[in-house]
Amino acid sequence: MSIDWKSYDPGEFYDELISTPGYARAPARNLTAWLRSLSQEELQVRKVDAELAIIDKGVTFTVYSDGENIDRAWPFDIIPRVIPIREWRRIEDGLKQRLQALNLFIDDLYHEQKIIRDRIIPKSLIAQSKGFRKECVDITPIHGVWAHICGSDLVRDSDGTVYVLEDNLRVPSGVSYMIENREVTKRVLPEMFENNNILPVDDYPDRLLEMLQSIAPGRRKKPEVVVLTPGIYNSAYFEHAFLARSMGAELVEGSDLVVEKDDCVYMRTIQGLARIDVIYRRVDDLYIDPEVFLPESTLGVPGLMRAWRKGNVALANAPGCGVADDKVVYSYVPEIIRYYLDDDPLLPNVPTYRCNNKKQREHVLANLETMVVKPANESGGYGMLVGPQSTAREREEFQRLVSTNPRNYIGQPALNLSTGPTLCDHVMEPRHLDLRPFILQGKDTYVTTGGLTRVAMKKGSLVVNSSQGGGSKDTWVVDNEST
Amino acid sequence: MMLSRVARRIYWMARYIERAENTARLVNTYHFLLLDLPRGTHIGWEILPVITGGYQLFSERYQRHDERNTTKFLLADTDNPGSLLNTISSARENCRTSREILPGQAWEQINELHLYTGARINDAIPRRGRFDFLTEIIHRCQQLTGLLAGTMSQDNAYDFVRIGRNLERADMTTRVVDIGAMSTQGREDPGNLDIHVWTSMLQALNAYQMYRKDMQPGVHSADVVSYLLQNDYLPRSVAHCLDQVEECIGNLPRHKDTLKPIRETRRRIGRIKADKLDAIKLHHEVDRLQVGISAVHKQIRKTWFS
Repeated sequence: MSIDWKSYDPGEFYDELISTPGYARAPARNLTAWLRSLSQEELQVRKVDAELAIIDKGVTFTVYSDGENIDRAWPFDIIPRVIPIREWRRIEDGLKQRLQALNLFIDDLYHEQKIIRDRIIPKSLIAQSKGFRKECVDITPIHGVWAHICGSDLVRDSDGTVYVLEDNLRVPSGVSYMIENREVTKRVLPEMFENNNILPVDDYPDRLLEMLQSIAPGRRKKPEVVVLTPGIYNSAYFEHAFLARSMGAELVEGSDLVVEKDDCVYMRTIQGLARIDVIYRRVDDLYIDPEVFLPESTLGVPGLMRAWRKGNVALANAPGCGVADDKVVYSYVPEIIRYYLDDDPLLPNVPTYRCNNKKQREHVLANLETMVVKPANESGGYGMLVGPQSTAREREEFQRLVSTNPRNYIGQPALNLSTGPTLCDHVMEPRHLDLRPFILQGKDTYVTTGGLTRVAMKKGSLVVNSSQGGGSKDTWVVDNEST
Repeated sequence: MMLSRVARRIYWMARYIERAENTARLVNTYHFLLLDLPRGTHIGWEILPVITGGYQLFSERYQRHDERNTTKFLLADTDNPGSLLNTISSARENCRTSREILPGQAWEQINELHLYTGARINDAIPRRGRFDFLTEIIHRCQQLTGLLAGTMSQDNAYDFVRIGRNLERADMTTRVVDIGAMSTQGREDPGNLDIHVWTSMLQALNAYQMYRKDMQPGVHSADVVSYLLQNDYLPRSVAHCLDQVEECIGNLPRHKDTLKPIRETRRRIGRIKADKLDAIKLHHEVDRLQVGISAVHKQIRKTWFS
């Protein structure tokens, strides 16, 4: 027996591969036909192969549970998600436009604040922002870029429109899994790569290194780039090690670095102190320098901010860029794009209601059952209310939370997230998914080819975070136009 | 380019693996030595905590210095930083935090060793299960040492493995010689006792067979002492270990200051005349060697780990 696509029914949702039961979308036709040619057993063998490959390669993520950190094998579904190249090029342009505007916005906030003077966004928003760092005022990082690495979450609604759900500008993670997912898929579905024009994704570490080198201060021929990790207990440690290894950069912890009297940053090596030019920091900015931010932090480097402010070292992302990683600021991104670039946004935002506005707050509170309510400054899917799946008690709790701290909340209509066929217990079933592409900006701007597709493995669930039972899929941008 | 932190962790991982093996062998050998000694010989278990440097803690924690308490302290006591259990945990922790440059299997094996030790450590306290348990620990440690030798690039990272391993070995050998000196010290008629004790000391260092092969005339204390301290070829002789350390240090950048204390200690070993030393003088000599080894460690720490 093999897959019967006629009995695969995504219902009211937009499915990424199947348009109506029995019919695949054009760029996915080769894939679905080939999958149908496999028997149940063969499919199952490939699934097991993928699981083994993931264990062999040691692809893990860390979850904190019962007071202990546990390394779990990365959850992965072998059925890829397919995106036609024409649609991808459009998304890519939209993402570049977005990050360029956000960087102009951050730079403006730390200088003249023209956008506030021109009353595009209210002053109070910044005054109450958790991500604004007064220590960054008047600094101008190289190329005027603050957010060098951005992971934006995209979702597709039932009418097929792709929306930007949020922009992760602080320390976005997931890109290593994008690359590992492709490696695994090449092992378990090699036939598909011979007959389809699937664009590669593995140039990311080179692009990342190029970008990091492009922001190095000074004129050193080969700038020394390091990856700063909080250490092995961090949930994304696998990724920190992966990126350092693939870039040929040193993976360092705070205690490996020292700021000397010359306000330059050095790492301690067996050769002695070695000068550092660029730090790709995967430590939240409140922890990077105990002299300036949290004094109890042991993850950072005393004096790092001094070195950065003097222009002796580049930090990616720059401290303070989290001011734009705020769900209330998010709601202004279309205005931000128009203001700085004098352009219409190429990618739409999900309609967003700001709870600090009385009218909008009333709308949110009156419609909690159909809304998703999110705190402004959380990530990882924590602290939010998914209205359609909430209990009356949870809604009551959010009534209270939103009313006491309206600035901290936004509401969005619950979208009908698109689905993709997912191999669940021997049967192909639709599961909701999103997409996180990564955008780099230094001297140039670059977008990953596709990104990390995250999938909610539980039937009907909309939560795709791996910390909360989400899985992932390989993402194929297929060039079905050139021959 | 190698980070100081990584060098430090690899060095300590190697030291702890070696220390675990040595502790296991020491307890095993001592167990058999005591079985062989004539009744009434007043050699007790408490000499082991004295020699391994944990006597004060041992006395604070245990009233009775008998076999049960001593083996418990040396093997299973989580409050003793030098216990076998803690030594293996420390080896594992240092390996865990330097996985990037170690072979993947090293982590797997050290993790298994850790699980095995935790699960079986209580078998090692009563005499009956002790031998099997400790023998298994010795095998697993040797397997790890072999794995690192056979799979790691022989670059600076591996130099730190060898330095750690050999310094730990040199240190343990001096301690074993010290046990010999203290056990035979002040006996009216050392003759027979000597043979038992020094044979055991050779066994504790896996050196008995090699000794018999290299030194025809039989087990005499001066010969054994000279063999364990000065032999150029025995892997666990102090001289050989320091030669290995010197060679590795020569491969590292900025090594000048560290060669000095090694060469000093190495020369001191060369000057020892074992047949001229009574037990007390031997004990003092061993003390000075240990100070020398510790000076090497301090200089390594200063040069490469800070």
